[in-house]
Amino acid sequence: MATHTEGGTPTRVAKTLSTSDATPGKPTNTRRTKKSGWGWSGTPYLFLLVPVVLLLALTYYPVINMFWYSVTDWDGLAKTKEFVGADNFITVFTKPEYFAVFKVSLYYFFASFVQMGIALYFATILSFNTRFKNFFKGVLFFPYLINGVAIGFIFLYFFRPDGTLDALMGILGLGEHTQHWLGNRDIANYSLAATSVWRYTGLNFVLFLGAIQSIPGEIYEAAEIDGANKWHQFLYIIAPSIRPIIGLSFILAISGSLSVFEIPFVMTGGANGTETFVIKTVDTAFKFNKVGQASAMAVVLLAIVLVVTWIQKRLVPEEKVNQS
Amino acid sequence: MFPRTARKVAALTAAASLLALTACSSDSSGEGADGEVTLKVLTWRTDLVEDGTFDEYADRFNETYPDITVEFEGITDYEGEVKTRMSTENYGDVLGIVGTVQPAQLQDFFEPLGTVEEIEEDYRFVREKAYQGTVYGIPVVGNTQGIVYNRNVWQEAGLSDYPTTPEEFIEALKTIKDNTDTTPMYTNYAAGWTLTQWEAHRGEISADPNYVNSLLETDNPWVEGSDHYVIDSLLYDVVAEGLVEEDPTTTDWELSKDLIATGDVATMVLGSWAIVQMQQAAIDNGGEGTDIGYMPFPHQKDGTFYASVGGDYNLAINKHSKHKEEARQWIDWFNNHSGYAETQGGLSPLKDSVEPKVLEDFTLAGVQYVEQYPAPEGKEGLIDEIDNTAEIGLWQDMYRKRIVDAARGQGDETKEDIFADLNARWKAARAEVMGG
Repeated sequence: MATHTEGGTPTRVAKTLSTSDATPGKPTNTRRTKKSGWGWSGTPYLFLLVPVVLLLALTYYPVINMFWYSVTDWDGLAKTKEFVGADNFITVFTKPEYFAVFKVSLYYFFASFVQMGIALYFATILSFNTRFKNFFKGVLFFPYLINGVAIGFIFLYFFRPDGTLDALMGILGLGEHTQHWLGNRDIANYSLAATSVWRYTGLNFVLFLGAIQSIPGEIYEAAEIDGANKWHQFLYIIAPSIRPIIGLSFILAISGSLSVFEIPFVMTGGANGTETFVIKTVDTAFKFNKVGQASAMAVVLLAIVLVVTWIQKRLVPEEKVNQS
Repeated sequence: MFPRTARKVAALTAAASLLALTACSSDSSGEGADGEVTLKVLTWRTDLVEDGTFDEYADRFNETYPDITVEFEGITDYEGEVKTRMSTENYGDVLGIVGTVQPAQLQDFFEPLGTVEEIEEDYRFVREKAYQGTVYGIPVVGNTQGIVYNRNVWQEAGLSDYPTTPEEFIEALKTIKDNTDTTPMYTNYAAGWTLTQWEAHRGEISADPNYVNSLLETDNPWVEGSDHYVIDSLLYDVVAEGLVEEDPTTTDWELSKDLIATGDVATMVLGSWAIVQMQQAAIDNGGEGTDIGYMPFPHQKDGTFYASVGGDYNLAINKHSKHKEEARQWIDWFNNHSGYAETQGGLSPLKDSVEPKVLEDFTLAGVQYVEQYPAPEGKEGLIDEIDNTAEIGLWQDMYRKRIVDAARGQGDETKEDIFADLNARWKAARAEVMGG
């Protein structure tokens, strides 16, 4: 949920999946040897040009534009943009309704602990010899591959009165406990956060699994000889070894829960007390045509995420892990 | 390892892909051989593009204008996407004007089509997209507003006459609830835009063609008896009485057509454009098109029902188009000869046209149409500006979702709280916009 990641992680995911069956901790001996006089020296730069241009055109240019819009009164259409200075920022900070929506993020933030717990549990189990290991890995990771909008619709059916969840509860004899999962304001955010957990657990899972599998096998053997059981192994070998990944998951959880968007947007549109800051931003930009104002909100969100991450890094310093 | 040439090829490919990137933006429409012209038409009716209806129009158009090839681009999120594209020059030759364009901005994006007087000789509803006496868009069809209902359910519950007051309407829905298994009204809450259909009834309560303009003069649009008060109260009361679906947050627009067609739902508040779609759903579900009826908003002034009328999307010509003349030919042909308005069950934008058959119900009930006057000169777009500044969103879903939520007992607002808050926002925003 929480772990709302765009860059970086997918490659890591692919890597961990493909190496999941290799011997843990096998060193990669692909040191590049320098060759001279082979090919044109500019070739690497040509290759580099494509991603760099894409990055500049699709990430940095829009972001710089956003900073510019945030100090204008642009409505998203007008040919002229008037400079209004810090007005938009003042509005963001002085109108309580803009910040009130952050409490919705708390649901997702706490759900992300549940999510990490589930992911860590399965990652640990599946890193030992388990029957149908790869099958379960696939099952756990699969939800992350589904498009977020599709997930929204799937769960809309799931939570509907007499929908999948109610039917399931009926079969289990819990029929009288069914609720309006999205219609009841007290429950709606839990339902959405649970959907989010379902979606992002797979990502946490592969992150943890990858980290766990990079622990050299000999350490377990040595521990077994010393009489350590699986619980001890988890507590004294696995947990300390994957601390950096847990730290990373934390950062993703915080920034992710501040910027929750897709799932509540598709499922409730932010109605019924499920509005998040990003939905509010989108509404401001596209429903009320205040692109300048919305850009300011986006800048504020960016700043908040950076500050929170910085504080978190301060409180929990990242240690270099010593495995051997 | 690669041979040297292979590396060169790879490097060139990388460079070429960069070129391709920049080439993407170049204009694809243009003149073909023999002076043939390709006209690009952006449309929100993706369904009609897919089922080939538009291609038929193009074929018939070509009988008169053989040198013009018409290409259609159906866009699902029409408002959002076209608005973004309008920051470039590449937004088709003919397109429907998106709602966010303010009157004063029309001239920045669209070709003038003529003066209001000229265009009004042939067309109706043209003042909505006019600025300072110049028309920039002509509607493809006119809509009126009312309540789609299932006739069979209505009869089964023993109801015959149209309710003439909100109270009578609620009584009728209660009768349906007590006597049948039908959901009396379906809010279509989840889809969001469906709730904005309620806003279209403004002007019917007062039967005043100047109602919308009068909002500029008031600090409190939501006072007892005002159009907004009556409309929103009806929505609130229907929901509060439990006369709607069990859980509005999980409604489904596509499904709602089948529900009303089969009589699982009795009524839905929708514009006249919806009648044809619901009738089609009735036929698809093994019923008759006539199962679906259309009744006016339950309110009468001096014993007469009033229903507001207005244009749907207005067709306009891209200011940057290279084929403005051909674009104009398409617009005129489309409105005069395509038969679009009739097949869609709407009011024809042509001045001398007959009442469409689907609106027979309205004719029989003696419904009078009321069309809102455009804003007076110098005050164009101010209503929208106040609305946006106040962040109420008269044409957005959030404001009516809030009413439905409150009526369902979610949150702790009462109807009076909401109206007081809306009035306060309107007042503050009006002061800001009019004063500034």
